Amino acid sequence: MFEGAEHSENTTHKSSPPGLSLESRRSFLGGLLGLGSFLVGALLSVPLIRFALFPLLRRTTDLKESSVGALTDFSSLTEPVMRTIQIEQVDGWRKAVSEKAVYVTRDNQGQLRALTSICPHLGCTIPWNKEKNQFACPCHGATFAADGTRVSGPSLRGMDTLETSVQDGQLRVRFQYFRQLVADKEIIG
Amino acid sequence: MHSTPKSEGDIPARFESGVWGWLNRRTGLDNLLRTALDEPIPGGARFAYIFGSGLLFIFISQVITGIFLALYYVPSADHAHTTVAYITKAVTAGSFLRSLHAYGASAMVVVLFLHLSQTYVYGAYKGRRELLWLSGCALFGLVLAMAFTGYLLPWDQRAYFATAVGTNAVSEIPWIGESIKRLMRGGTEMGTLTISRFFVAHVFLIPAFIFALVASHIFLFRKAGAAGPVNEDPYHPKQDAELFYPRQVLMDLSLTALLIVGLGVLCFFVPVQLGPSANPADAQYVPRPEWYYLPIFQWLKYWHGSAAIIGVLAIPTLLVLAILALPFLDRSVERRPWKRPAAMGAYAFVVFSLVGLGLRSQYLDRHDSGVAQQLAKQRAEEDEYARKPFEPELSSASLAAANVTLADPLAANGKTIFEGQSCNACHGDGGGGTAAAPALLGVKAKFSPDQLADLFKHPTAKMNAGGMPPIDLPPNDLKALIAYVESLK
Ligand code: FES
Repeated sequence: MFEGAEHSENTTHKSSPPGLSLESRRSFLGGLLGLGSFLVGALLSVPLIRFALFPLLRRTTDLKESSVGALTDFSSLTEPVMRTIQIEQVDGWRKAVSEKAVYVTRDNQGQLRALTSICPHLGCTIPWNKEKNQFACPCHGATFAADGTRVSGPSLRGMDTLETSVQDGQLRVRFQYFRQLVADKEIIG
Repeated sequence: MHSTPKSEGDIPARFESGVWGWLNRRTGLDNLLRTALDEPIPGGARFAYIFGSGLLFIFISQVITGIFLALYYVPSADHAHTTVAYITKAVTAGSFLRSLHAYGASAMVVVLFLHLSQTYVYGAYKGRRELLWLSGCALFGLVLAMAFTGYLLPWDQRAYFATAVGTNAVSEIPWIGESIKRLMRGGTEMGTLTISRFFVAHVFLIPAFIFALVASHIFLFRKAGAAGPVNEDPYHPKQDAELFYPRQVLMDLSLTALLIVGLGVLCFFVPVQLGPSANPADAQYVPRPEWYYLPIFQWLKYWHGSAAIIGVLAIPTLLVLAILALPFLDRSVERRPWKRPAAMGAYAFVVFSLVGLGLRSQYLDRHDSGVAQQLAKQRAEEDEYARKPFEPELSSASLAAANVTLADPLAANGKTIFEGQSCNACHGDGGGGTAAAPALLGVKAKFSPDQLADLFKHPTAKMNAGGMPPIDLPPNDLKALIAYVESLK
């Protein structure tokens, strides 16, 4: 088709305007092709970019909420109980399941509350001491009240509460780790 | 056709100033572009010549999609299938990109066949183009090798068994077949070493050769020059030449556009499926190769035992040698197909044989009710797997893995004590150790249960210094704790 245009230019319209020389037609086409290729290339790179940026747009690592037990199990709760939960950590295409001990107790308004059993001092597992009616860490002697608030010892804060929710009558908890040896609760993973 | 190559003198003014001018003076980009685009084509541009650049386009697309797929893929028998499932089911645009890569392989074989056919029918291998033909043949072989090695990588049932059959076929080669098979598989059986080997071949080795050969193929093409139409002289082209740009470029781009649209639509609406993970123990599975390997698959069925030497070794070797030697054997300057009945007859014979073998294989599958049923079942299983959401792989460090070793109830009880007594606070979950205290894994090899009981009750001075308290437990609990600690591996 361009051949035809060049022909007519060279034979019939000898006095064509200077702006329409063969060279400018060729470079106009070149520009058009360049632009076209650029646009098609841009279009084709959309799926590539979405593919590569997937971890930016979605969570690829996730800590799932785990079930602690049915709400009814805790309705007549008078002192903290220890429950072992299974936590599922998703890391890209794999997941790890591990067990962690948490306490279910009541806060001062009588609402259910979940506490991690990890001592905010240096990370020992804190047992519940029935006789003394308090949590007593075996490692350096920190003690906490039944609702987890700090009583005495080297810990700078009370026991850490965990996020809870209720779903289908099940108490669910999101397990997290918190920085040790600091006065304020700070999530580390 | 009356265009004349431009000399350096008439570079347009816009190339002499500004950033473009600077870049051009430093790189000679404009000259390079002109050299690329001003290739003279004897007899003018034609649609018959578009396949080469189409192949180049697909190759580049395969390289790019391949690199992106490698962002998530892991080449091991444990993880390959999970990671491909992750790509297909979880990652955005993953199914589309994987389909583009898989269908791209098929498109490559199709366009390669068209390119080869055009070269053969037009007698374009004749005269000054022997090396061009040879490098093209080598590229054909490498593309088939890419298709073969890439097919295994998803590690689903279909891939696993097709490759098992493919590598088994190699062992039919007399004398050295068995050794080649073991070399390809990395052992007598298909396994994780096979996937590593195929991955290395598919991603490093073969692509390196393809890059080198594509470069030399294009270089040799420019050196020999375009062949032109069938009535052109194969040694000294005489016909008026038209430059590659613009008309041939536009024709070439029309194929590229067709490929983009065709593959895009196909990948979007009919994405490539991933079947269930390979199960080597499945004795029922009926393996079938990808369509372009069907003729070879069918061919090999006819040659077993002592006849294998003819069907598996002699005939294919002769065929390959004849194809390679073609430009040296056929020295006549006649290029018009209607004047080359022997060459055209041979071409028709080979093509019909390949198509016939492929169709025969399909026909047999459809008419053997047992096979047809099994194949339908396999397809149904694939569909079913494809519909399931992505399920992450359970990592080996997981609880489920740990629980398996705790079949002993005494040890399981000990685990509760281990955690209840906060032993894990210092010795780590599962006795893995922390900064505060050593790991307890493999303690069984060092201490008997009695020695352990003694150590627990009376820790050594070193243990005391490290903060290990004496353990005061009822005898049964102590026994359970010891059983658990001894179970740690
Ligand atoms: S770790 Fe609990 S008091 Fe130090």
